[in-house]
Parts: sequence; C-alpha cells; structure tokens
Amino acid sequence: MTSVPQAEPPPRGSPGRRLSTFLFRHDRIRLGGLLAGPLGWLVVIYLGSLFLLLLASLWDTEPFTSEVVHNWTLDNFKRIFEEPVYRDVAWRTVSMAVYVTIADAVLAFPVAYYMARVASPRTRNILVVAVLTPLWASYLVKAYVWRTMLGEEGIINWLLAPFGLELQGKSSLGLWLSFTYLWLPFMILPIYAGLERIPHSLLEASADLGGRSLRTFLRVTLPLVFPAVVAGSIFTFSLTLGDYILPTLIADEQFIGTVIYTDRGSNLPVAAAFAMVPIAVMTLYLFVAKRLGAFESL
Amino acid sequence: MKGRKARVARWAVFGLLVAALSVVAAGCGGGDEEGASTQIEGLGSTIEEIQANARDEGQTNLVIWGGYADKSWADQFTQETGCKVNTKDGAGSDDMVDLMATGAWDGVSASGDATLRLIAKGDVAPINFDLTPNYADVFPGLKDQPYNTVDGVGYGVPHGRGPNFMVFRNDIVPAGTDSWAPIWDGSYPNKLSIYDSQNFIADAAVYLKATQPDLNITNPYELDDTQFQAAVDLLKQQRPNIGKYWDGVTYADQVTTFKSGETVVGTTWPYQVNLMAAEKPPLKVTAIKPKEGTTGWSDTWMIYSKAAHPNCMYLWMNYIISPEANAKVAEYFGEAPSNEKACALTADANHCATYHADDEAWWEDIYYWSTPQADCGDDRGEVCKTYEDWRAAWTEVKG
Repeated sequence: MTSVPQAEPPPRGSPGRRLSTFLFRHDRIRLGGLLAGPLGWLVVIYLGSLFLLLLASLWDTEPFTSEVVHNWTLDNFKRIFEEPVYRDVAWRTVSMAVYVTIADAVLAFPVAYYMARVASPRTRNILVVAVLTPLWASYLVKAYVWRTMLGEEGIINWLLAPFGLELQGKSSLGLWLSFTYLWLPFMILPIYAGLERIPHSLLEASADLGGRSLRTFLRVTLPLVFPAVVAGSIFTFSLTLGDYILPTLIADEQFIGTVIYTDRGSNLPVAAAFAMVPIAVMTLYLFVAKRLGAFESL
Repeated sequence: MKGRKARVARWAVFGLLVAALSVVAAGCGGGDEEGASTQIEGLGSTIEEIQANARDEGQTNLVIWGGYADKSWADQFTQETGCKVNTKDGAGSDDMVDLMATGAWDGVSASGDATLRLIAKGDVAPINFDLTPNYADVFPGLKDQPYNTVDGVGYGVPHGRGPNFMVFRNDIVPAGTDSWAPIWDGSYPNKLSIYDSQNFIADAAVYLKATQPDLNITNPYELDDTQFQAAVDLLKQQRPNIGKYWDGVTYADQVTTFKSGETVVGTTWPYQVNLMAAEKPPLKVTAIKPKEGTTGWSDTWMIYSKAAHPNCMYLWMNYIISPEANAKVAEYFGEAPSNEKACALTADANHCATYHADDEAWWEDIYYWSTPQADCGDDRGEVCKTYEDWRAAWTEVKG
C-alpha cells in the first residue's frame, strides 16, 4: 500500500494561508465572493437586459427618424391592446404554440413509452441516438429542408397528388408540421425520462390489485408521467412562441417574433412592448407548470 | 445559521439589483448630441493629405446593399489606397439606419428612404465635393435631389439608380401586358411575389394615381388621409393573392418561387431579373416598367459624421463613382450608373441605353423611395401620413 502524497499546506503566515483563515472566519464574505460571479451574471446581464426592455417599451419615438425619444408613455401598450392586428398576431402565435405542443405530446408519448418500457436495451440506445441526432443538425438546414418539402413541387405534394389533395406551402398547416418536427425531441426526452423513473413495483402492485393494463396505464402511469409531459411542453410551447425564422421562411402570416423583428428597426418601443406579450404568456405558463409539478421532472 | 445565509444571499441579490438598475438608468440618460459639420475629425483638407492619412487608417467599414462592394472592384481600391474594405449587408433601409446609429461604420450606401432620416439624426456629414473630383461627372439628374441635399447642402455622392420592375412568367401572363393591373385586380390568386416593405404602399399609390384620378395623388410618398386609406384598402384587397413576399435578404428566393411556379407575377429589382436570366435554363420571364409608372431607388454613399476612418471613406466615395468602378457595379447589380463616363466602360456596350442612364424622360414616372413626412411638401400643409403611420399600416396589411 502506497501512501497518497498530500499537498503541503501553505506555511503559516503566508498570504494564501492568511486569506483562507480570513475567509474561514468570515463566512458572509466567503459566501458573497462565491456568489458574486453567477449572481452578477444573472442580475446585471440577464435581469438587467429584461429591465431595459421594459424601460424601452415605455419610451416614445420621433415619427420621422424613428429615433427613440426618452418621453415616458403608455401609448405603445395602448397600441398593442387596441390595434386588432397585434391581438390577431398574438392569438395566432399562442394557438400555434398550443397546437404544436399537443401534436408533439401525442407523437412523443408512444415513442417514449416504447423506448422506456418495451424496447430492449440495445434498441433503446439506438432510439435515444436517433431522437438526439436531429438536434445536431443545424436549425437552418432543417428549416430549409421543410421549406423545400412543403413547396409546390415538394415531396409532400407529390405524395398527396394521387389522392387529389394539395397542401399550400405557405399555409399555417405547413408551419405547424415543421414546428412539430423541429421540437419533437424536446418532448420525447422528458417523457422518456419520466417513464423510466416510474418504479416497476408500482405497476406490479396495480396488477396485483386486479388492474388490467389499460387501467394501470390510466390510473398509475399517466398521472405519474404527466408532470414530465408538462415539462416537455414548456420547451415546445416556448420555442414555438419565440421563433421568427421558420415563420418567415414557411408562412406568410405574421407571428409575434416576425412582428418584433420588423418593428425593431422602425419602432423599437412598440417592439419592446410587444415582446412583453410572450414574456407574460410564458410567466403564466411556467406558473401553471410549477403547480403541476413539472419542475421536479426536468 | 441557515437563515442568516439566506438573508445574506437576499441582501446580495438586492444590492446587485440596485447596482444593475443604476448602471442601466445611467446608460439611458444623455448621449443626445445633435448637429452636423462638413469637417470630420482627422480628415485631410486636400486630396494629397487624405491619401497620406488613408495609408495610416488602412481600412474602411461600410454598410452596403448586397453586392455593392464586390471583390472585383473593392480589391483594386485596396491596392490603390491601402484601405481594406470591410462590409456588412443591410437587410433594408431600416436596418441600415439602425446600423449607422451604432457608430461602428464609416459609411453607407443609403437609399432615398434612409438618407433623410440619417441626415435628420446627424449621423451623416455633408460632403466637401472638392475632395471627390469624380462627382463632376455625375449625371446632373442625380445631383441636388431632395433625397441627398438639404437646404442646398449635399450629403453624399450618388451611386446609381434603378426602377422596381413588374416581372411575369411568359407562359402564364399574356404577352404585351403593359400595366400593373395583374397584381391588383386579383387575376392571379395566390401567385403574387411582392416586396415586403412599407415602401410598397407607394406602389399601390402609383397605381391609384393612374387609375383613380379623383384621389388627386401627386406624389406616392405624400399621401393624406383619404389617399392613404385608399392605398391601404387596395393592399388589403391584394393580401390574400400574395404567394410569397421577398425583401433585401430573401430576394434570391424570388427566383426560386418563379422557377417553381409558386409565384408568376410581381415586383422585382433588375438584379433578380439578371439572376433569372442566369438560371440554367434561363427562366422565361419578362420585366417591364408598366404604363402607370413605378417606384425606384437612387442610392447615395454617405459618410458617418464621426467616422473613425474618414480619409479612406472619402477615397472610397470618390472611387465607387469613378468611371471604371461605377461601370462594374452598375452591371453587376443591374442599375443605371451615376457617372456619365462609366457608360463608355461597361462590358455590355449597350448597358447605359438598356438601363436608360442618360434618358431623364424615362425616369420621370419613376418615384424614388423616400421617407414619408407629415409635411406634404405642397399647399396641403402638415396633413400627410408619416413614416410611422406607413410602418404601422404595413403591419396591419400583412395581418
């Protein structure tokens, strides 16, 4: 048995030693030093920029140069609430996020269930890799692939043609398909993790008490995995809510992201005010998600 | 112990929050300097001095319309002057105005809807034309225009100009079409390719000017309430027929949609017409200036009022309107050059004739992009719709 060489403690009275003694005695300073970096980042950079956004939404612009004028006003918010176009766009975006989330949940559940409960370890590994691989490909590549597939002469219309159907490339339906594809992995993985975590003993207990598979699924599995579904939905919902590239490429309708993008150059305060809408929606969503226990499943 | 730590952490957060907000608030105040002067700090007072100073600067940073500083003429500039050319493509006029406000750029190739805003903000400086000798050869029709000159003071050198054409597929739209009607009368539902900018409201106004004389539209950028509403209504009526929008970033997409047949008629720049002709096989399309007239653009090189490399920028402004460089850029982009002498140097000897470089009468019914202002510029007074109104209306039209 060899002895593990130990680091020489710094000699008494050296600056390093004195510093560590000092920090040992003053735990508040120690804690402050440790937290300063990450807290500084969180508060100054992250919250600071959000605060700046809120501030910008209360400013005015010069009508000709569209320069920001530092006059306090609530007109930007008034405009967003009063002009129907902003309401329509917000509603369209939120509904899209809801539809995408539902579609992803419906698609992801069987896949995750198969991965967690049915597949052999080998197949399961292959499936995990298969689900993760698209995340390695560039977002833009995937977006353009969908744009091509949804095109007038794309593969989707080629498949639909024999049935006498045609999909309008620029339709919301095409955008919905693309979003559903893009965010699917973000839904599969939390559900898979949630299903994995359910102890087998619970299912056996249910069977022992006379529960058939459907009943076990509905009364045991589903309630236990529901927080994981909500956790996944946070991703699909917020990613859809904030995206502005896919709507530009695929749909011609405006979404929250595209309106902010175009308003940013010409009317920063209105863009900032409109940016409060997804923030408010997401805050509400996260609040509900927390109530449903989604954060424990992340 | 645990409670104390939590309290410490809470105070730390509070302290940082206060610190952050005071930094933010400090950043918000002040910084609103106004005014512009002909002289820029560090700029030489003679051409020789500028050339010598430029060697020290060694670079210039430009915000450009894509393709305006291609290697095939920018490299020669670097060789001649020692100034490396760094560029950033602007997505559109709004983006360009935004970029210039950052102060990181020496100059910009601004269209008429950006120039006056840049001047009003004091972001660009007036030009001393003695230091840009090639300016003497610029077509008179491009000098002293309302979009590059304010109160007799010139704020830039004209780069070149072009029309927004109507383009259509020969196999769908009948030959001999000479009117904008196909994009406004709903005869090609879902197949229109339209420029995505509030400027397009002016295109509606150009059509109304010709087809509804009782609206008395004199200038498509000077619209009062009734005229503006009529244009917006026309655009809303057109909206469902639009197959795909395009803009300064997605212009190449227009070629794709014309090729696939997703769009068959719309507005375009001569640049995309060139791109369509360069496809293999070339797309069978026709580009025309319809009889109602059209909108267009006349671009101006402007210098940032606090440019870090003013000497290189002055040399660039003189270089880009030199006959050789101006001929190259005009052919590359598909526009009319600004320098008369460029016409003798274009690879296609007919370029200037094709693009009507010296045919002022041809440009008469082309309304260059400009920023709408409350002041109508005539006896109607301050009742016209502002840029902000246009911007808001465009968001509404797109819905």
